[in-house]
Amino acid sequence: MELCDLTIHELREKLENKEVTAADVLDSFLRRIEAVEEKVKAYVTITADEARERISSDLQGSLAGIPLALKDNISTEGIRTTCSSKMLENYIPPYNATVVEKLNEEGAVILGKTNLDEFAMGGTTGFSAFHETRNPWNLEHVPGGSSGGSAAAVAAGEAAAALGTDTGGSIRQPAAFCGLVGLKPTYGTVSRYGLLAYANSLDQIGPITRDVEDAALLLNVITGHDPKDSTSVQMEQADYTAFLKEDLAGMRIALPKEYYELDYNPEVKESVLAAVKKMEAEGAVVEEVSIPSIEHSVAVYYILATGEASSNLACYDGVRFGYRSKTAGNVAEMFRNTRSEAFGEEVKRRILFGTYILSAEAYEDYYVKAQKVRTLLIKEIEDVFKNYDLIVTPTTPETAFKAGAITDPLESYKMDAFTVPVNLAGIPAITIPCGFSSANLPIGIQIMGPRFGEGKLIQAAYSLEKILQLGNKRPELEVR
Amino acid sequence: MSRKYETIIGLEVHVQLATESKIFCNCSTDFGAEPNKHTCPVCLGLPGTLPVLNKKVVDYAIMAGLALNCNINSYSKFDRKNYFYPDLPKAYQISQSDYPICENGYIEIDTEEGTKKIGITRIHMEEDAGKLVHEGSIDQATASLVDYNRTGIPLIEIVSAPDIRTPSEARAYLTQLKQILQYIGVSDCNMEEGSLRCDANVSIRPVGQKEFGTKTELKNMNSFRAVERALEYEVERQRKILEEGGEIIQETRTWDESLNKTISMRTKEEAADYRYFPDPNLPPLNVDRDWVERIKSSLPELPREKRERFVREYALPEYDAGVLTDSRELADYFEACVKEYSDAKAVSNWIMGDFLRLLKEENLEIAEVKMTPAHLSGMLKLMDEGVISSKIAKTVFEEMFKTGKAPEQIVEEKGLKQISDAGQLEEIVLKVIEANPSVVEDIKSGKDKAIGFLVGQVMKETRGKANPGMVNQIIREKIESL
Ligand SMILES: [Zn+2]
Repeated sequence: MELCDLTIHELREKLENKEVTAADVLDSFLRRIEAVEEKVKAYVTITADEARERISSDLQGSLAGIPLALKDNISTEGIRTTCSSKMLENYIPPYNATVVEKLNEEGAVILGKTNLDEFAMGGTTGFSAFHETRNPWNLEHVPGGSSGGSAAAVAAGEAAAALGTDTGGSIRQPAAFCGLVGLKPTYGTVSRYGLLAYANSLDQIGPITRDVEDAALLLNVITGHDPKDSTSVQMEQADYTAFLKEDLAGMRIALPKEYYELDYNPEVKESVLAAVKKMEAEGAVVEEVSIPSIEHSVAVYYILATGEASSNLACYDGVRFGYRSKTAGNVAEMFRNTRSEAFGEEVKRRILFGTYILSAEAYEDYYVKAQKVRTLLIKEIEDVFKNYDLIVTPTTPETAFKAGAITDPLESYKMDAFTVPVNLAGIPAITIPCGFSSANLPIGIQIMGPRFGEGKLIQAAYSLEKILQLGNKRPELEVR
Repeated sequence: MSRKYETIIGLEVHVQLATESKIFCNCSTDFGAEPNKHTCPVCLGLPGTLPVLNKKVVDYAIMAGLALNCNINSYSKFDRKNYFYPDLPKAYQISQSDYPICENGYIEIDTEEGTKKIGITRIHMEEDAGKLVHEGSIDQATASLVDYNRTGIPLIEIVSAPDIRTPSEARAYLTQLKQILQYIGVSDCNMEEGSLRCDANVSIRPVGQKEFGTKTELKNMNSFRAVERALEYEVERQRKILEEGGEIIQETRTWDESLNKTISMRTKEEAADYRYFPDPNLPPLNVDRDWVERIKSSLPELPREKRERFVREYALPEYDAGVLTDSRELADYFEACVKEYSDAKAVSNWIMGDFLRLLKEENLEIAEVKMTPAHLSGMLKLMDEGVISSKIAKTVFEEMFKTGKAPEQIVEEKGLKQISDAGQLEEIVLKVIEANPSVVEDIKSGKDKAIGFLVGQVMKETRGKANPGMVNQIIREKIESL
């Protein structure tokens, strides 16, 4: 294994012991990028020069010298932030997202900005206006999305870890597709300041890492109250690494029967259930529960998310920054042409859908009703957590599929069935690899916890990771 | 307006709050800075930025609500009003839709039929938009520039109930509203700088009819006078249409000051669907009792209360009390004087007379006046002590107002001290009697009023400094002894 295949904590140890220098580490990653990026296409912008410049100073902190990647919908001062959209192709923000400030304070080295489905709308990273990203486990397959660039970069050794954003599964689904750990924190624990919004009430930034320990390390850095985000919660700074212990004894695990009765890839279902069995063998108590409203999650999610998105994306009007149509004769035309020319198909579809959802004619029937179902779902999930510590499901109903295999939007929305309830309920969830399909594609298991239950989540995931021992498996990319 | 129809008017008033910083960021609210100086990523609506509510704005909105007799809602929330316009950076305005901070208040206005209550339906908080600057006229401009300094300045919108029945009541409502808001210091209510803007809804209906007629909304009125005139025009326009058997169209009309008429802007069918929904970036606002109590205890006395108290406490005529309480500053000035000189009516006369005249002539704000309340009461004491006459007092007053010098100093420097020395006055009186024998004869024969002429002559001799009471007395004595 090369340095670029190691975890954050492994790199940290080598750096602290002075076995290697930050320059050695950075070189290893840049060499890997040089070798595989042409095939994987994980990045929109690679900031190699800035990274070299950065390690020339004496970096301090828990991430000192660790090369990381950022999803390109996180605002970076002086570095273009595109949301993989023609609309923002040349937009250079004048400010850093709060998470970027936090990474900088801890000495992290940013390697670049990773590809995503335009404005985080999609599950394949195929809706990027620039290029498709491919899955390092099989280059004909999608890496998932919308944080597909971040997941592919980490899986391919093009970054030690990455930040993604998760509105309906956009961290967990690509992490699962790429054989990684992905964590969607409790809503309000990580500042959204500087996250270019898709759906504000659901969006949350989180880590995509090679193992659970790295997820805990990154979580320690990026969580915390931010006065710039009014939805950020007041809380004491937790040390999530304190939960890195192998102990499942007495842990109460709920399996929602609605999910296990569904018809989907049997390899996925079997792999997840096999992992659950192993947890049970280690002392966990596993029981079936019912969460009746969970079957409406996808519908509720698309109503609320697109409603919010239609408003959030209205600011891309060509007036102050980003793309502006050259063919407009007046202001109304400037708005119309700018948006027609610079938004992609899926973004337009969701804006139109959301605009209708919020219209006077549809608001009560759709938006208000969806909010009510969301409230009901939250209550049902809270009720489960009165008796159980965790809820366990597959992360995705399928493994990574071939690029271009799913063209019907409704089909693709169904892929979010297991992930969206987490965002609707504002709870945390983690995905870790639990096996591989016969086609050697990773399978992810999702563990959900109650609000602010990241600690238990990490403990269970860490324990399961140790039981399964899949940690050292890496995709075999043809290297130039 | 003929007796056949009744007018129904409701007013929507937008008021810029006088907080130091904007409603959702820390930028300054100063007026008149160079374009786009007071902006940041938040108020420019740069992607990824988030609003953080300025608590001072809530304080001010609560103050306004309490001063306007509203209920302060313990739960209110912020909503997005979505529309595209270049001066609106996020393409939505953060406002309050179905749960405003204040509801169900009223204002009392004075009408010819006495005091009338005008209901206030609601007060809500929102952010202001920027300002477009067109190159040339708006129709011909090839480009427009946007100044975002105003973006995010806090506003409250105060919506009246449809209780206003005449254009002059509308004006009285606005005048009273402005006075109250200025009193409590939440806004300077300067219409020229756009810190107070008013839209009006107006409809008419046959007297006796219960249902409202179709209303029109009037915009672009830049003074209270313009509001009154636009309403007068619009009521008349609607009456003519109805009398000719026509129908009123629900529409928005703009007041054209130069043409003196309202012009159709857009009909109801063309009205935008603002797609209001709760802003997910701002949690609901909870205002507890303590918060309201804290604001209540900081609220100053309001104009009407003060007026009533002035009548009661200082035994002033209603008229005087009204003039003196017109602004909080004037009322404070008056009270500071009365503290040191108890004849309130005398103080009132000086303030309502020379003080306000000079204020207007010199175009000053009360805060800029050099003469202190102590100076005015000091001057009144000098009059009582006979040091200066009332005539001289006018000179002293003007000098105090212009220079800010103490009355004693002015009297000393200008030699204005009243002559109360009996010997000195006798000498002058004798001279005057000698010079006016015929007048003396008149007085002797019973024309008592003629004494005034002789007094005037003595005053002339002394350039107004003679003690008029003493002069009068001495003249009588001398004539009797002749
Ligand atoms: Zn600002």
